[in-house]
Amino acid sequence: MEAAILRVRGLAAGYGPVHALSSVSLEVPDGAVTAVLGGNGAGKSTLLRAISGTLRFQGGAITGGTIEFAGERLDGRNAARVVAAGVVQVPEGRQVFARMSVADNLRAGALGARHGRRGEQEARERVFGLFPVLAERVHQRAGLLSGGEQQMLAMGRALMARPRLLLLDEPSLGLAPMMAARIADTIREINDQGTAVLLVEQNAALALNLATRAVVLETGTVALSGTAAELAASDEVRRRYLGVGDEDAAADAEAGIRAEHDHSDGHPTLRRWVA
Amino acid sequence: MTTFLELLITGISLGSVYALIALGFVIIFKSTEVVNFAHASLLLAGGYFAVVSRDTLGFWPALLVGIAGAALLGMLLEFLIIRRYRGRDHSVLAIVTIGIDIVLITELARRIGPEIFSYRDPWGNTLVQLGPVSIPQTRVAAFVVAGALITVFLLAFRYTSWGVAMRAAAEDRGTAALMGVRLGWISASAWAVAGALAAVAALFLSVFPTTGLDRETGLIALKAFPAAIIGGLDSTTGALAGGLIVGVTQSLATGYQSELSFLGNGIGDLAPYLVMVVVLLIRPAGLFGTRELSRV
Repeated sequence: MEAAILRVRGLAAGYGPVHALSSVSLEVPDGAVTAVLGGNGAGKSTLLRAISGTLRFQGGAITGGTIEFAGERLDGRNAARVVAAGVVQVPEGRQVFARMSVADNLRAGALGARHGRRGEQEARERVFGLFPVLAERVHQRAGLLSGGEQQMLAMGRALMARPRLLLLDEPSLGLAPMMAARIADTIREINDQGTAVLLVEQNAALALNLATRAVVLETGTVALSGTAAELAASDEVRRRYLGVGDEDAAADAEAGIRAEHDHSDGHPTLRRWVA
Repeated sequence: MTTFLELLITGISLGSVYALIALGFVIIFKSTEVVNFAHASLLLAGGYFAVVSRDTLGFWPALLVGIAGAALLGMLLEFLIIRRYRGRDHSVLAIVTIGIDIVLITELARRIGPEIFSYRDPWGNTLVQLGPVSIPQTRVAAFVVAGALITVFLLAFRYTSWGVAMRAAAEDRGTAALMGVRLGWISASAWAVAGALAAVAALFLSVFPTTGLDRETGLIALKAFPAAIIGGLDSTTGALAGGLIVGVTQSLATGYQSELSFLGNGIGDLAPYLVMVVVLLIRPAGLFGTRELSRV
């Protein structure tokens, strides 16, 4: 296994009296995609916020443990210094600057990193290479882009800082399956270009397909961790996150369909609601 | 007709000065979501710094001292006081600024006392003939300087990295922070710019035909408040439009006061507020303001 670029050890975090994470440890290998799975409220977003230094915007704080990136401590740093260290987060729900143009959104992405005019130009060319549609719409207001295009812009904006580690929070959220698949391809491409990725996803099938390693968070702690292949094969993950392998449920569903069919006297099972 | 033109030109000039003040309001509101009620005292402080240093330094250096002093004071207020309340409710912050205003105004009024300070500006009370109309040179200077400053500001807002950072922070502070924007700097620089603009406005509110800077000068900043509201508190374009509307309304209402005598005396001071009420009835977010949108 490659050397870890990000090491989280015993991380605990909460929002006032509410504990969101307790003793989370994980390692993100350099140059690979690592996935974090888990249901709603498992602490996935809190983990990313703790790494990117934005917990305090939600009234939260790290209460224990360490976060180490490329040998430097990140915990306790403010968001700007985390970006300067080379870790950039794409927020959940895209959060593009809707009233600014695509070009200005990309400029905003480059604000936190000091790579000079040359570096910004190179980063922009890389982003336009990954997302040609952004080059076409460069003068449009970001709010007018489609959901998929906004996700591309959010990712492109983060890449403008030329991060070594990209944190992605639910990139497929609210996208059509085809667009989600395209975003997945792009994540793979970004990773192939040498950027490590920490991917938080509800869509476990998509995440395990992309990742080499994965952890499963449950109620604020790591419940499972291993290679993506191991997790994809594990019964628990298959049942709870991939939605397959639950024999009882499958049997119930089939029985239901059969019962419906019996009643319908040969009419199709799918029916419209008629007023 | 000549009277009308004179009043109109005076109004536009006055309006551009109001626009400077309103722009300060808007910058602070956009970047920190604070409605800054201490703006009047910031303006008076800028003026005070300039007039007390004018005897030793001369007019232009003293003006710079005023501008730099107000900018520094604004930054200091942000750094020492406003920053501590970050993340609190907006109304808490608004009340904090009222407190700051009371303290500053009281201290400045004590220092200024009953005196009226003249800037001893190079324009004096000279009149300029523009065809049939004659207007004070100070009004022309006010319009030119305010126009130039506003243009510079808007260009910076549009094209510089600082401007991009300001706009990003104004739209979504959390996401801007994720991009590495240093919100502390953004907020401090907004207060500095607002202070500097207010100090320039203080100059043009104190020169001919006004007698000079006195302890009441800060109150004029209150007229820029309807200007900012009319335009929409979160719109820079709105601040300009609002400033001009307030300036022209006030000038015309004062000039034609005798024809409007059925409304009583002092309609000129009241008119901007009447316009504000009418605008808010029709467009609650102001002419250019963004309406609060919430998704269900």
